Amino acid sequence: MPVISRGFRGRRGEGPSDRIPPGQHRVDDFPVLSAGPTPHTPLEQWTFTIESGAEPVTWTWDEFRALPREEVTVDIHCVTKWSKLDTVWEGVSLDTLLGHVEHDASYLVAFCDGGYTTNLPLEHVTDGKAWVAYGYDGEPLEPEHGGPARLLVPHLYFWKSAKWIRGFRLQDEDEPGFWESNGYHLLGDPWQEQRYWGD
Amino acid sequence: MADERRLDGNAIGGLMLELFGVEMTTATGVCRTCGAADLVARLEVYMDAPGTIVRCAHCRAVLMRIVRAPERTWLDFSGLRSIELPR
Ligand SMILES: [Zn+2]
Repeated sequence: MPVISRGFRGRRGEGPSDRIPPGQHRVDDFPVLSAGPTPHTPLEQWTFTIESGAEPVTWTWDEFRALPREEVTVDIHCVTKWSKLDTVWEGVSLDTLLGHVEHDASYLVAFCDGGYTTNLPLEHVTDGKAWVAYGYDGEPLEPEHGGPARLLVPHLYFWKSAKWIRGFRLQDEDEPGFWESNGYHLLGDPWQEQRYWGD
Repeated sequence: MADERRLDGNAIGGLMLELFGVEMTTATGVCRTCGAADLVARLEVYMDAPGTIVRCAHCRAVLMRIVRAPERTWLDFSGLRSIELPR
């Protein structure tokens, strides 16, 4: 059985109005946003790799699926202004993944099939704040939503939750990713409305 | 499916006209990655992401990234080696 966790929700009140960050509206469907064609990497070719100063650590799909998994129910917030409440995901926490690596890094850059990247401070993805998710709503994650696996960092705008993730690089310095290098905020906290550079 | 989200370069014609006052769909862009030269109208465009992404129709490399905020626009055309405009 997976560990059941309510996950990290950032600042959260009781009523839905307290769960919708400023400038956002609630949706019940799950919009698909794509910056390119959907990759279809066969599971037998899929790997997940953490690159750091030392030797990279790599899991095959089967090895990755054998890692301790968690089910989390979280609210997600897209910078295109929709928020979706109580989404249910299954995957491996970054605490578990980073536990396999010796490092003293402060940031990561997630890399993905299709060439997408996004940057995150490690303090924003540890202590139960981020997962690599392969299940959504009780089903395998569909390719159009980032399957076989996507990053899930629900307390930041959803462009940080990179679809089709294949691993991350641990770094000493923050390195802007695909959107962050052309206008989007380096961190992207929806409660601070950190949408664009300078917000 | 993703390919149903794909538009062609005509989708950015109005935006380019607004930003630069130039009819860009009849311009020719050269991909920095594979060297393919194509009319902008024939490039691949994705507009439902947090920004507008224009890709090479041959190698799928990102040619242009356009992000629009209410009072600012960011443009990255670094995937293009050149843009040839007809006079
Ligand atoms: Zn090309």
